[in-house]
Amino acid sequence: MTKTPLRVAKYVFLALAALCSLFPLYFMVVSATNTSADVIGSRLTPGGALMDNISKLTTQQNVGAAMGQSTIYAVSSALLSLLVCSIAGYGFEIYHSKHKDRLMGLLLLTMMIPFAATMIPLFRMFANLNMVSTLPAVVLPTIATPFLILLFRQSARSFPTEIIEAARLDGLSELSIFFRMFLPTMRATYAAAAVITFMAAWNNFLWPKVILVDQTFRTMPMLVASLTSGYVTDYGVLMLAVLLASLPTMFLFLVLQRSFAEGITGAVK
Amino acid sequence: MTTTTAARAVPSPPTDEVGRRRGLTSARRKSLTGWTFLAPATLLIVLMSFWPMFEAFLLSFRTGRGTRMRWADPWWANYTRLFDDGIFHQTLANTFMYLIVQVPVMLVLALVLAVLLNDRTMKLRGLWRTAIFLPCAVSLVSYSMVFRTMFSTDGMVNDALLALHLTDHPVNWLGNAVTARMVIVLGLLWRWTGYNMVFYLAALQNIEPSTIEAAKIDGASDFRAFWHVTVPQLRPMILLTAIMSTNGTIQLFDESWALTAGGPANGSKTMSHYLYELSFQNNPNFGYASAVSYVILLLVAVLAAIQMKVGDKRD
Repeated sequence: MTKTPLRVAKYVFLALAALCSLFPLYFMVVSATNTSADVIGSRLTPGGALMDNISKLTTQQNVGAAMGQSTIYAVSSALLSLLVCSIAGYGFEIYHSKHKDRLMGLLLLTMMIPFAATMIPLFRMFANLNMVSTLPAVVLPTIATPFLILLFRQSARSFPTEIIEAARLDGLSELSIFFRMFLPTMRATYAAAAVITFMAAWNNFLWPKVILVDQTFRTMPMLVASLTSGYVTDYGVLMLAVLLASLPTMFLFLVLQRSFAEGITGAVK
Repeated sequence: MTTTTAARAVPSPPTDEVGRRRGLTSARRKSLTGWTFLAPATLLIVLMSFWPMFEAFLLSFRTGRGTRMRWADPWWANYTRLFDDGIFHQTLANTFMYLIVQVPVMLVLALVLAVLLNDRTMKLRGLWRTAIFLPCAVSLVSYSMVFRTMFSTDGMVNDALLALHLTDHPVNWLGNAVTARMVIVLGLLWRWTGYNMVFYLAALQNIEPSTIEAAKIDGASDFRAFWHVTVPQLRPMILLTAIMSTNGTIQLFDESWALTAGGPANGSKTMSHYLYELSFQNNPNFGYASAVSYVILLLVAVLAAIQMKVGDKRD
């Protein structure tokens, strides 16, 4: 083939892109095991300072509490989001009518509302309700997203109506058709949706930062961001915190990569 | 109220009297069930998006603090203040810089990578895809901190440049407005190119290969086939990714906060970062901050409208 040079160029391009993507991650992992001086000195091999960094980080910061807060927040956000959005998406598709389609169009408009434009009134609302620094205040604005509703509406489209008809003849209520028929069939969609909502909630920074005024409730991204506020930054400790904050999402990503890809693109197919 | 009108919209089946009555009631019951299924999500979206958006609009005409807010005098005072606010102009310019430089480069790069990875004759496709997609697993604050460390004056990037003799003195990346913005753009490219690539991959997989084959049989080169057959079919996806990226870039906050701290001297600060400062730091001013937030809202809406207009054009 005469196209060999082009092929080589393609592989070089891909390899460069992959290298650029992986290098900062490698740097993060390796630096978590190095002292601050070694990180600044560009040491790119694993060092022996991991234990030291761990003890420094855990004495300076309450990492356990932040990991706990992030987990509680991300899990409750993901679970509620899945429940509320899937039943809505199912409702829009299975019982669709002209009015419901219009409502869906209206809800889709909120995808265009930047969070910046709702942040201040949301903060004032929760402040008036005495809910600042509470779990419901962090979670409530993240539950219903038009994107997820759309994703579940799309998947409900492929759900056979014969199953619903048969279940109705068997005397199942509409709600139990949803829970006993639709939910188990759509396991793949749920997995995809769970991955994206968990990751979005785990990584969310601005809203938790605004509403969790009490520092004892801070999340991992908030903890990471606070590590550079002093005069001297310990880069080894900083990279360890960054690594810890990324472990759960990296793990989910590597295990459920396919679901993740399907999740982010699923609603637009 | 809406429930009854919706039930009326469902046509009754043309059967005998009894059947029709039964059909109507069951249709009505089904429609009602449908509405109750939608209710929680709709209620949440109204309370957590529409209502706050409306409230922010009202707030943008008010002034004062906490419970002692009053209407601004004149009522448009917050908006005229925008014209004299140098920091606002700076953050607006910064945000647009990120938008204009980063979004096109990222989308082209993502498209090229997706096309390469869609080629079934390429080896190790899964490996390349995972590697390029992996940055998406890291939070924005986390990667900002990694970039901040790598680009510090005595950091790894300068060491590498010095070792390769590409520079004879360390560059103060984050201490200079131009280079600080550049680092943010690099960070954004790193974090989001793989994400967009996955969208293009999904779209490419839905393209019928025979359409491209046909073009090639007609004598089109690889590039011409790509440009005239593949790209038009990808247009809806390109439009979608363009709107999403524009939307995200206008709302940029984490990078500005954690990577450069907006510095030096607001040189890399984004509008959302400024909005946060106005709302929750020093002397919080919810009224003026809401006016800034409405500029962000309008920018998102106008840019999305323009992109839809351009993207929907048929040739």
